[in-house]
Amino acid sequence: MATATEMGTNERFLTEAAFARIFEVLESQGFTVVGPTIDQEAIVYDRIRSVDDLPRGWTDEQAPGQYRLQRRDDEALFGYVVGPHSWKRFLFPPQATVSKADKTETGWQFQAVEPEPAKFAFLGVRACELAAIRVQDRVFMPGPYVDPIYQQRRDNALLIAVNCTQAARTCFCTSMETGPKCTSGYDLALTEIANGFIIEAATAEGAEILSALESDDASIQQRQAGQTARQQAVDQIERRMDTTDIRDLFLSNLEHPRWDDVASRCLSCTNCTMVCPTCFCSSVEEVSDLTGDHVERQRQWDSCFNVDFSYMNGGNVRDNTRSRYRQWLTHKLASWIDQFGSSGCVGCGRCITWCPVGIDLTEEVAAIRGDAT
Amino acid sequence: MSSKPTLGVFKFASCDGCQLSLLAAEDHLLGVAAEVEIAYFLEATSHIQPGPYDIALIEGSIITSHDAERIQQIRRDSKFLITIGACATSGGIQALRNWADCNEFVRSVYATPDYISTLATSTAIADHVQVDFELRGCPINQYQLIEVIQSVLAGRRPRTPVHSVCLDCKRRGTVCVMVAQGTTCLGPVTQAGCGAICPTYNRGCYGCYGPAAQPNLVSLTGQFESSGVPREQVVDSLRNFNGYAPEFRAESERLEASRESTT
Repeated sequence: MATATEMGTNERFLTEAAFARIFEVLESQGFTVVGPTIDQEAIVYDRIRSVDDLPRGWTDEQAPGQYRLQRRDDEALFGYVVGPHSWKRFLFPPQATVSKADKTETGWQFQAVEPEPAKFAFLGVRACELAAIRVQDRVFMPGPYVDPIYQQRRDNALLIAVNCTQAARTCFCTSMETGPKCTSGYDLALTEIANGFIIEAATAEGAEILSALESDDASIQQRQAGQTARQQAVDQIERRMDTTDIRDLFLSNLEHPRWDDVASRCLSCTNCTMVCPTCFCSSVEEVSDLTGDHVERQRQWDSCFNVDFSYMNGGNVRDNTRSRYRQWLTHKLASWIDQFGSSGCVGCGRCITWCPVGIDLTEEVAAIRGDAT
Repeated sequence: MSSKPTLGVFKFASCDGCQLSLLAAEDHLLGVAAEVEIAYFLEATSHIQPGPYDIALIEGSIITSHDAERIQQIRRDSKFLITIGACATSGGIQALRNWADCNEFVRSVYATPDYISTLATSTAIADHVQVDFELRGCPINQYQLIEVIQSVLAGRRPRTPVHSVCLDCKRRGTVCVMVAQGTTCLGPVTQAGCGAICPTYNRGCYGCYGPAAQPNLVSLTGQFESSGVPREQVVDSLRNFNGYAPEFRAESERLEASRESTT
């Protein structure tokens, strides 16, 4: 796979009409296209079939505990930031049967369940989301315990990134050094400008798709327009998180009074972990039929905020919200670094927006830093 | 006489909806019938057998002195007693009487109030006898009911999660109605079990499955109030099918008491 640098910055220009053909090109190559579309008063990720499914002329306004769709004053197709869904829903499905067993006269017969083949083209992946996919790659793929479902989907996925041209009030990717510009990890990257897109292929697969579309060399003006649009996103980011020595900060403040304060507000409802594009916890259950002769092993998304998640013989290890919130944030920002070599946070701001009571982790970090022991 | 475990289904003050969940289980019901002997189930058959029963399913709350006596006998007759539904586990919608004058209701509803003999309160079965397992819901989820029966037969813990409805919304991809639409939703403090039906159809959760484990009611109701929901409405939203469940009750009474102290 060629990298972006090897390919050079080969920026091309696509008219919107030329871009619209990407759906048939992708489908002809066997891809299921997943991308942004409006559903349930939000821009979600779902199966899409044409540009008509994209959220043309809509944007999202976000604040702690609040998300609203708003009309834009233009016809932009990607003029929003990030919504309630993330790509993990497709790479790491919320529910999966991982094995089966049947009781026979000679004993139990175990059967592996082959992952259903899936070949996704993700359209509209933001820089913070590319970073999140990299984080989950490190969770699910290296070492001896590879997750076969994730691996199959990930290996086949085509990533079509879209650079942000605006930021939400909850965004802080610049603090986490994950965006807003897409720099690696994609096959194709788009920047939306007036009447079309600046497009760039970073891999052979991406170049193949691009060659099937009618594109021109991007003019200097078009390149500049792309640059200006991307800079606008940088300029709009107002939220910050100071990550200096953050691992040690957290691990030396496990008894900080702020944990009690946040526990009084936290609902322990699991929303932050579910919307987080890197949270990867699941639980596995054996589900039998009435006779008890047929058993399925089922995996579901789970959360460290679920009381039962830390249930072990004898009781719950984290039996109050204080210990659960502390576990989540300390893992996300500190012990994740020991475990996987990077932060678990990509600065997308979803946990801030989708917390029903608007708990803002950047504020929690600042509070702990403010009077750290 | 069969050697299968016997099952009894008993009704107290309730709408019958939870018993119907068992009947509505259809093909699963045949599976249940193959594993247990249905010994007492008036909703399904007039053929009844005397106790003892291996498994008793109790629907409804205790609202008369007769109920209060009858549940004692059923407890004595039953090995494993399971309450099913909001009425049996928290007193049900009829527990609204617990905050009002029951005689006044009787006078305004019945032509001849003298014929009515009732207690002043509607209470959960567990307030009267030892309960071995409580299955939540208004109505209960038939798959959870089958799961509970199955777990008793297999001698294991049932898979009935105690987490919030939010987790189920997220698993099925439902967008949060509270965050995206400003809808009042009890999902963050309500136990899962229904499969997050209401938010999926653009409505806030009504709390049919009662309080989730360790719910933070104070924070959620504070959020409702700060987004402009009047206190009376917040209290009403908590006083629903599970209004008398301890956590919901404590919060609605706290809100009411603090309103009275400020007015």
